[in-house]
Amino acid sequence: MQRGFISGLNSSHIKPGETQLRIESLQLNFGGVTALIDVDLEVRQSEILAIIGPNGAGKTSLLNCISGLYHPQRGRIVYVNDREHEVTRMRPHQIARLGIARSFQNIELFRHMTVLDNLLAGAHIHMNSSLLSSLIYWGPAQREHIQHRRYVEDIIDLLEIEAIRHNTVGSLSYGLQKRAEIGRALAMRPSLLLLDEPMAGMNAEEKEDIARFILDVNEEHGVTIVLIEHDMGVVMDVSDRIAVLNFGQKIAEGTPDEVRANRHVIEAYLGEDTSVFPFKFNKSNNNGS
Amino acid sequence: MISGIFHTTYEKDMALRRTHAQKIRIVIVIVFLLVFPFLANRYALTLANQVGIAVIGAIGLNILVGYTGQISLGQGGFMAVGAYTAGILTARFGMPWWASTIVACFTTALIGTIFGIPSLRLKGLYLAIATLAAQVIILWVVTHWSALTGGVDALVVPDPKLFGIKINTDFNFYWVTWGLVGIVTIAAVNLFRTHFGRAFIAIRDQDIAASVMGVDLFKYKLLAFAVSSFLVGLAGALTAHYRNIVTWERFTVDVSVLYLAMIIIGGLGSVTGSYLGATFMTLLPVLLTNLGRAVKTSFPLIDSILPFVQQAMFGLVIILFLIFEPEGLNKIWKNIKDYFRLWPFSY
Repeated sequence: MQRGFISGLNSSHIKPGETQLRIESLQLNFGGVTALIDVDLEVRQSEILAIIGPNGAGKTSLLNCISGLYHPQRGRIVYVNDREHEVTRMRPHQIARLGIARSFQNIELFRHMTVLDNLLAGAHIHMNSSLLSSLIYWGPAQREHIQHRRYVEDIIDLLEIEAIRHNTVGSLSYGLQKRAEIGRALAMRPSLLLLDEPMAGMNAEEKEDIARFILDVNEEHGVTIVLIEHDMGVVMDVSDRIAVLNFGQKIAEGTPDEVRANRHVIEAYLGEDTSVFPFKFNKSNNNGS
Repeated sequence: MISGIFHTTYEKDMALRRTHAQKIRIVIVIVFLLVFPFLANRYALTLANQVGIAVIGAIGLNILVGYTGQISLGQGGFMAVGAYTAGILTARFGMPWWASTIVACFTTALIGTIFGIPSLRLKGLYLAIATLAAQVIILWVVTHWSALTGGVDALVVPDPKLFGIKINTDFNFYWVTWGLVGIVTIAAVNLFRTHFGRAFIAIRDQDIAASVMGVDLFKYKLLAFAVSSFLVGLAGALTAHYRNIVTWERFTVDVSVLYLAMIIIGGLGSVTGSYLGATFMTLLPVLLTNLGRAVKTSFPLIDSILPFVQQAMFGLVIILFLIFEPEGLNKIWKNIKDYFRLWPFSY
């Protein structure tokens, strides 16, 4: 049975289908290496957008630009919640305060904290008690804290990590750490959730769990999700739209069926002049299991 | 037979003392601290005051180094700022000791924050060198700005007074020191239950992830320096009022290293560890001196080599801890607690 959330996971105010994030002719260079060339992309409220592409195509660089870890040389990133914000030059914590949360490809949890503390750390932007009242703790800070604890417990329920909430993150298995990291991003009550390979290195069962959590978060709470993933079966099943990057350029964008049929995509993945396509095989394989 | 600890409210689950054993232990510690001054002799009280001041300084340093991961070699310099501010204000301007102590805390917090600015760009060893510069600069100012600090001469501070009573005995000062230790402990423990402390730890563990979670690295690193220096300044101010004399020799880089040793041996990122480390490092030389005196009759040579033995022991202890228990005395204490909690089924 699903419990109702005390407050919605989703902090966005705009209607489903409207543009939430607009990336305009983005260019990112590292010295002589060009990581992103003229990338345009639109993310719409309450959709699941998958970004795929071969290794080194610039997928993670794109996410890093959105969350403010990299600053692109050219182009704009505009984020819409109550109004339009240009986030291109903002610092990461300012972007986080606007409601963009993310997980990392290589787990970047706070290793020495418990799962619970990691999740509470994720809710950082919602905690407002002053330094003095925090030092005293008793009273306002405690009340605020218990309220956040209650909220974080709902995320623990959703991700089914009740049993490990008091465990130190460093002592957990890889799969559980990945799950805790999604929990930490969710604790921010994001309106846009960026997931960088949330299923990398997992077995089929763990992947199914994560896919279920992603769909839950998206369908029940309407959180927009941008997902980087290499498992084509999952990508084709889960996402509403797919964008394909190759050598820093966006070569295709569209629904899973459109992307599957796109010539450029087939070339990027298999080289030129081929009629065999791996996605179909992967998908039927996934359905068969 | 207890099968586990079950809490029915978040309030209870989030309490600091969650089990009966924990509650009993804290009561024992408090009762001991309250009874101790009535039973102890003057010598033991002197040590208790030194330990108390060291505990405050160690908690301060641990907030910065242990919890936030910003290595600092400026401890001695920051203590000097606290001691000289308090000393000058009381000795030259006749400010009451408690007022000068408060001003000293804020002054040190400010100076600490200024010297914390390099931490926004520097990490690890590089930051250590930058804070070492703070140490050198502060001591240089102290010894050269003679008009204000008295230079290399000692600054004499009058006895503190509270409610008309002179606090000039170790017994009286004990209550001041350990009262403040109590307040500082509660504040530090609470700090790490809230989002401020969590942000500090987050910066230590993964600063990039912390910034993506909405932690303003600039603000929180400087805040860590400020909070830490505030407490270090308090330790410095207490030193001034307790010793009645402020000299620059008491705040050299040796002190910085000594305090680092305290928190490493006690346990980085732990308030209990700060207690254990400060107590251990303050009492170790005393213990060695007493041991030297005890064996003096059979080894007359011991007198001349005792200072060297103390130095060597200092190094040896740090090395032994780094090898056998890098997490310090706090970890040993935890292991003991775990052993008895599971006893007799400790496997």
